[in-house]
Amino acid sequence: MKSRTKTVALLGVCAAAAMMLSYIESFIPSVVYGVKIGLPNIVIVYLLYKVGSAKAAGVSIVRVLLTALLFGSVMSLWYSLAGAVFSLLIMTLLKKIKAFSIVGVSVMGGVAHNMAQVAVAVLITGVGAIAYYLPALIVGGITAGVFIGIAGATVVKRVDI
Amino acid sequence: MKNTKRNDIILVLILLVSALLVWLCFSLFSPAGDYVVVNVDGKETARYPISEDKEVRLESENGYNILIIKDGKADVTDASCPDGLCVDFHPISKDGETIVCLPNKTVVSVEAGE
Repeated sequence: MKSRTKTVALLGVCAAAAMMLSYIESFIPSVVYGVKIGLPNIVIVYLLYKVGSAKAAGVSIVRVLLTALLFGSVMSLWYSLAGAVFSLLIMTLLKKIKAFSIVGVSVMGGVAHNMAQVAVAVLITGVGAIAYYLPALIVGGITAGVFIGIAGATVVKRVDI
Repeated sequence: MKNTKRNDIILVLILLVSALLVWLCFSLFSPAGDYVVVNVDGKETARYPISEDKEVRLESENGYNILIIKDGKADVTDASCPDGLCVDFHPISKDGETIVCLPNKTVVSVEAGE
């Protein structure tokens, strides 16, 4: 990570990789209602550990905006944005206190992502009963987080910038 | 490294326990519902007392869902939609519980009496 040009190019490649993972994931059927692994988060976790949270946040937001523009809707944009921003915030904090490995940080990120989406769903629809899905979504977030954490840790170890 | 791994496991356990607690709170403290309400495309189309056993075919623009009310529980047992997610839902009986079929824009929910 020396020149500014190199940084910009690298972040661009990462954003493209994250979008490609979003696209690939759209072919994987959801096992539990609406719960997804969140493959693009492998890239975000990687960036969080390699270049810091500010740049990871930039790539994450660009990824969410472009994905919503290409495959989603205005509605799906709010869900994704809330999930992405909140999970990155929590992961940044957790990484700072240094008590957890990448897997732990990623697990909390996955759970935070789902909780933010439930909150947005309740706000948008006004149906408080959506909170019924919270326990299932917490378990889903843990599962996704473990997977993303293990994958992310592998990439962090093997791919150098 | 060993320490962080142990903390990871503690974190996961705490999260699992809190999920269980939230689930317990919801299932213990929410009152049983009185009505099964059917919404198609955002509009209420039918309302049945949950105490009466009944089998209805819910027609919508895009297809149908079979709703069965039995022993105070409502369940969708068959549907025209390709994914069949609504069929996978467990039977519902408590106030606020819902079964959603997105392809048919049909929502079945349980409500407590007014």
